Amino acid sequence: MGYPHPSHPKETVVLSRYFGDPEARTYAGWVKRGGYGALRKALGMSREALVEEVKASGLRGRGGAGFPTGLKWSFMPKEVVKPHYLVCNADESEPGTFKDREIMRWTPHQLIEGCAIAAYAIGATHCYIYIRGEFTEPWQVMRAAVDEALANGALGDDVFGSGKAIQVVLHRGAGAYICGEETAMMNSIEGKRGNPRIKPPFPAVAGVFGMPTTINNVETLAAVPHIITRGAEWYKSLCLGNPKSTGTKLVSVCGHVQRPGNYEVTMGTPMRDILYDMCGGPPPGRTFKAVIPGGSSVPIMTREEAEEALFDYEGVVAKGSMLGSAGMIVMDDSTDMVYQIWRLARFYAHESCAQCTQCREGTAWTTKILERILAGNGKQADFQLLLDLAENMTGKTICVLSDSCAAPVVSGIQKFRSEFEAYIAGAREPALAAV
Amino acid sequence: MADELVNVTIDGVPVAVPKGTAIIEAAKQAGVLVPHYCYHPSLPAPAVCRMCLVEVEKSPKLMPACVTTVTEGQVVHVNSDPAKKAREGVLEFLLINHPLDCPICDQSGECELQDYVFQEGRAGTRYSEFAKRYNPVEDFGPDILYVPNRCILCTRCVRFMEDVADTPVLNVSERGDRAFIGIDQSQRLDHPWSGNVVDLCPVGSLLSKDFLHKARAWDLDKTASVCPGCTQGCNITIDTRDDVVVRLRPRPNLEVNRHFMCDYGRMNYRWLNRGDRVEAPLIREGGRHVATDWDSALARLDQAVRGATGSAVILASGRASVESLGLVRRLVERPRVTAAIQVPLGDEAPLAGVPNLALRRERVPNLAGAELLGYGTAWEAAMREVLSAGLVVVLDADLSPADEAALAAAPGVVVVLGTVATDGLRNAQLVLPVTTMAEENGTYVNRDRRIQRYHQARSQPGMARPAWWIAGEVLAGPGPSPDAPATAEEAFALVGAAWPVFAGLSYADLGFTGRVLADGRPAVVGAAR
Repeated sequence: MGYPHPSHPKETVVLSRYFGDPEARTYAGWVKRGGYGALRKALGMSREALVEEVKASGLRGRGGAGFPTGLKWSFMPKEVVKPHYLVCNADESEPGTFKDREIMRWTPHQLIEGCAIAAYAIGATHCYIYIRGEFTEPWQVMRAAVDEALANGALGDDVFGSGKAIQVVLHRGAGAYICGEETAMMNSIEGKRGNPRIKPPFPAVAGVFGMPTTINNVETLAAVPHIITRGAEWYKSLCLGNPKSTGTKLVSVCGHVQRPGNYEVTMGTPMRDILYDMCGGPPPGRTFKAVIPGGSSVPIMTREEAEEALFDYEGVVAKGSMLGSAGMIVMDDSTDMVYQIWRLARFYAHESCAQCTQCREGTAWTTKILERILAGNGKQADFQLLLDLAENMTGKTICVLSDSCAAPVVSGIQKFRSEFEAYIAGAREPALAAV
Repeated sequence: MADELVNVTIDGVPVAVPKGTAIIEAAKQAGVLVPHYCYHPSLPAPAVCRMCLVEVEKSPKLMPACVTTVTEGQVVHVNSDPAKKAREGVLEFLLINHPLDCPICDQSGECELQDYVFQEGRAGTRYSEFAKRYNPVEDFGPDILYVPNRCILCTRCVRFMEDVADTPVLNVSERGDRAFIGIDQSQRLDHPWSGNVVDLCPVGSLLSKDFLHKARAWDLDKTASVCPGCTQGCNITIDTRDDVVVRLRPRPNLEVNRHFMCDYGRMNYRWLNRGDRVEAPLIREGGRHVATDWDSALARLDQAVRGATGSAVILASGRASVESLGLVRRLVERPRVTAAIQVPLGDEAPLAGVPNLALRRERVPNLAGAELLGYGTAWEAAMREVLSAGLVVVLDADLSPADEAALAAAPGVVVVLGTVATDGLRNAQLVLPVTTMAEENGTYVNRDRRIQRYHQARSQPGMARPAWWIAGEVLAGPGPSPDAPATAEEAFALVGAAWPVFAGLSYADLGFTGRVLADGRPAVVGAAR
């Protein structure tokens, strides 16, 4: 359902079926809705068969990178020599993204079931769910759900009498965006400063506490029970565009649309349908100007690019951006693009962990230049400077935070150069006091 | 692992290196220095400065050379355009908040930021108009100042304290461009090995208060030496300015001290600059000491040694070289000789992350060497022997008032080979000026029986000579003689002739990192964790 709105006919409701249904939060309510059947079924399967099933489904990481989930699981050692860990990334901090929050708020058992199946599949007995620190209600709901699952044998030392142990540990973040990066999250779980780690070693070799670890996004894990219940073929059939993008995707839409909210669509749905049909188009009398389709870290699309794109991993890339987390930030013709890009850059400058030189200094410098432009003191040379900095900040650091800061700057200058020019030429009133 | 070699080509130079070697180390073997800041061979590599990005063929992105290991057939370009452009970018980013106060910075002249910017940075800034980040100077510890404005956040200091010293008092505080090196507010940077963070700091951000504003790097003369502070035998560099020792720093020796030295050793240099030195041979005549020339002094010493009957006692400093201890011992050869060295004791202070590296209890550099040459450590017993000996030779020992009283009461001939002469030595028949370890060449044997050379770092005061020269001249007989050792190496050969454990070794064999003597324990200083 297009929570908080009624479900739209063009949605494909799988993960979000019970959003807004308080009874689905309880163990009994979840079982009544067919819950935990997938876990019981999975416990009767071999680990290899589970991995193969998820591989065959075509499920890809929903956190942003889009890495095939089954393949990721298969990187874990076959023999469990050292403890294996599953980490569920619930640190949903990407600006414009609020889908995992709703999964945890309304269907905590959907996530717990997915975690349990995945943990079993990768040979882990412990699963950390790293919940964003600001998520108060989802935390409380998850807390209660884990307790209930334990009490009912869906978690614990002997899950549903199978003899298999699966424990879920809830870990609360402390407010750092970077802890949503998987290796920073591992450091944070270990009690260290949340700095991304250099790869290799990859998490499947040395992750949390140096042990083999798999990290999956909330939405990815929530999709797993459905794949186990209804089969890989069914999941694979949910595809309107490129066959490499299968299943459904929750889209968080915010900004200048009439009905912002979460929508669940089949991969390959035209973006136009999401923007105009499900979300009701721009506010009256306005037209769209730009869309950031995948959370703040991806390049900005123009209205034309967005209207032509199919909403799946490949379709968005074909139009010059990335699917990312599918947190869609929509901007209409009233938007000051320079201001919005500055606002994004400021966010990244604030959240940079300070390890890599390019990111630590580059994000802050980029912000200052944009501030200068907004204050009416920009220069023509600032274009080249911003693009030079962006190039130095792309592909050169441990994680992609600095790339994420550079992406909207580069795409913004490419696609909305006239707005920058207007500030530099003094044709537009300064939006900020001089710095 | 060490046996398996991998062939790589770095900037056109083919090299074979052990499997698992990082590109940055392989490049050293190819004679290519990959510019870097956060990487240090004795610390874990975090790959955060991004300065060592190099182009690796078939790799889509530039790779950090410090953590990327070699693979067979790999072709690496350190000085290609993409790699140089990336480094230029890093340098530009590092400089935007850097104060560029090189004219008043202690690090200037030995600063890796300065060096690399001159080598391949941009000539001008594009950061004009913006204020630079400012944080006040902080007092981190007894000898350490932190200048945050110059900091490039390479985190070497944080990693040293955490991973090597096992005392994590430093951290990276704050995030983004507000970040700085923080210190646990309840603690000081006063670990016995904390001075190493000053050496590790590639810029002028961590400074030694002791060295503050003392000298410009380009005014310093550097001499390879061995720390005289304890039996560990850390390899050091003695920095002198205008013949004055101003600083001791560790010199890498992976088998003794890796890249480190302790604060005790580091600060133990002022005695090398003493102004109250004996500068001429003194002969006791008419109840007082009068200066003379070496010919007369040596003749008098020869007389004294020959003329003295009965037993002999040598009271030596543990800082005396193998050469001096050996030849002085030979000089007094007779049926009954008691030879002892002074060994002051202190608390042991290990460096947790490096096995077998510690400030040792025995605070002398040549205990093992002295023992191999027949010296004992029973100082009190030796002092009692003084009261019945026919000949007493004092070799630069630090004498207590009681020791001096005993020497004053000695019935035999007292000869002092010393650096300073106190009133208590007024009864000595001869006081001959000798050099300190900073004023001579020589060797020490450390606790693992590694024999290591040290080199002359400053000129000797007045007529002071190494003790081995004095003893060697007398042993060779009066007048010019080809048997008298003219150099420390010749003296070492004479020692080798008398003590087989030193035989067959030349100074060239010892090189700059020393050799473990036969039957010596193998070095077991381990890698940093």
